[in-house]
Amino acid sequence: MKLIVAYLQPEKLNDVKQALYRAEIFKMSVTNALGCGQQRGYHEMYRGVDIEVNLLKKLRMEVAVNEDFVEPCIEAIIAGARTGTIGDGKIFVLDLPECVRIRTGERGTLAIG
Amino acid sequence: MNVRSWHVSCLARLEIVLTHVQEFVMLRTFKFSVLLLALVGSVSMAWAEDGAASTKVTLDTLWVVIAAMLVFFMNLGFATVESGFARAKNCVNILSKNFVVFAVSSLGFLVLGWGLMFGDGSALIGLQGLFFLNGMDNSPAMGDAYHGVYSSISWTGVPLLAKFFFQLVFCGTAATIVSGAVAERVKYVSFIVFSFVMAIFIYPVVGHWIWGGGWLAQLGMYDFAGSTVVHSVGGWAALTGALMLGPRIGKFGPDGKPRAIPGHNISMATLGAFVLWLGWFGFNPGSTMAANPGAISHIIITTNMAASTGLLSATVTAWLLLGKPDLGMTINGCLAGLVAITAPCAYVSIATSLVIGAIAGSMVVVAVLLFDRLQIDDPVGALSVHLVNGVFGTLCVGIFADPKIAKVIGGVEISGVLYGDAKQFFVQLAGVAGTAVFVVTASLIAWLLIKVTLGLRVSQQEELRGLDIGEHGMEAYSGFQIFVTQ
Repeated sequence: MKLIVAYLQPEKLNDVKQALYRAEIFKMSVTNALGCGQQRGYHEMYRGVDIEVNLLKKLRMEVAVNEDFVEPCIEAIIAGARTGTIGDGKIFVLDLPECVRIRTGERGTLAIG
Repeated sequence: MNVRSWHVSCLARLEIVLTHVQEFVMLRTFKFSVLLLALVGSVSMAWAEDGAASTKVTLDTLWVVIAAMLVFFMNLGFATVESGFARAKNCVNILSKNFVVFAVSSLGFLVLGWGLMFGDGSALIGLQGLFFLNGMDNSPAMGDAYHGVYSSISWTGVPLLAKFFFQLVFCGTAATIVSGAVAERVKYVSFIVFSFVMAIFIYPVVGHWIWGGGWLAQLGMYDFAGSTVVHSVGGWAALTGALMLGPRIGKFGPDGKPRAIPGHNISMATLGAFVLWLGWFGFNPGSTMAANPGAISHIIITTNMAASTGLLSATVTAWLLLGKPDLGMTINGCLAGLVAITAPCAYVSIATSLVIGAIAGSMVVVAVLLFDRLQIDDPVGALSVHLVNGVFGTLCVGIFADPKIAKVIGGVEISGVLYGDAKQFFVQLAGVAGTAVFVVTASLIAWLLIKVTLGLRVSQQEELRGLDIGEHGMEAYSGFQIFVTQ
């Protein structure tokens, strides 16, 4: 079992979701995040004073998958999120030792479903 | 001399000086008071000759100016309703559009708009006194005593600048209606330019036709406070804007099904709705442009009752059609009732105003669903409220006008279909059609010219990231986490 963590551009969320749905992956969770990218960020102004924003708004998506879904998941995320420009994001694959479904008490690959 | 006697002599000298000063001041004061008394006496003698007349001018002016201030306040209502119904990432942009549009309208109306609208001229436009109110005018003289080039508005006895201010805030209202339908995707600069065109040309021309002695007025069309002049003009321009821009990204799915893009602050939207309701108490009764107690009282009640039944009818309709009483629909219903009663408010009975509001409220709910079905994206329901009910309100004059009330309250001799006369209805229809043709054509040309020169719509990336960052380089809710995923 693996936990796939992806940092995405917020506006790409819908495309990534659709791509995951097409790959038969429906369970995910999404949180707001601030991220440091290779970009200089954007310039904000507040009443004439410059603000350089280095921590950009990002989205962190977590999907727990069984072994045979790891590659389809990664490919789906890339398909949805890739634009070719800097700032597309990163995917981390973490090992997931245990998973429990709270409602039924199922464990392991059954719980991921 | 010891200290004590020095003190005494100082005091004595001071006393002498003060006495001299006192005498001097008293004499001066006496002379001054005599002069003042003579002046006041002579002025009040002059006033006493036409005291009643000048009191009327004073009262009329006070009423017109206060009502105009209420209409000005409606701009706050529009700003908060529109930004409340839109997403947080576009909040600064929508507030900016609504804030800037009043300034732009003020300028445009001053530069040329007023002259085109109220200057004496042809059946189509004003031709005299066009720029910066430079026409000859002896307001507050009325009727036969009036000598000037703004004779179409000489029926009201207030100074020229009071008339100008009152009409200016109406122009601002028409321009700000457009900002709702083009929200969340139009370029800021493009909107500013279009608003200028609205204030300087599109609005005044239609206004001239109906209130400035133009062909629709000559035909006998009546629009008491502006269902056509203000609301449907804004509505048609908003429609062409929404059509030229296209829907927001993500509004319609690939199968054409509409997706909800919920508003981010319904509290602000409700605040705005109340402000608009309040402002309408200046919009409609103020259009008497005279401190006429009977008319003002009647109109303020027809206005309020239409708002109330519009609100309730929209709530019930939404409850039945959609399952729950959506507050957004309720708000739209209240505003729809207000727009619909704007034209007939001085010509209908109170009972009729209840009916007009109720019909308007149901219509607006259906209209919102209809525009979605037609794939026209209207983020705040501006088209459903202002366009649809602006047209409806105008036609209501031809359907519901009660000749007795129209005479006593509105000062006109008209009669609606329900009172046996179909002619007025067709005149109103001609007004609706003529306005539609002109405003659609003119606004389409304006939008097209803006599109090829400045560009109309923001880039896809900017629209997704939010116009606050893209257009203004700032956030409305700095420090807050908002989802910019939609």
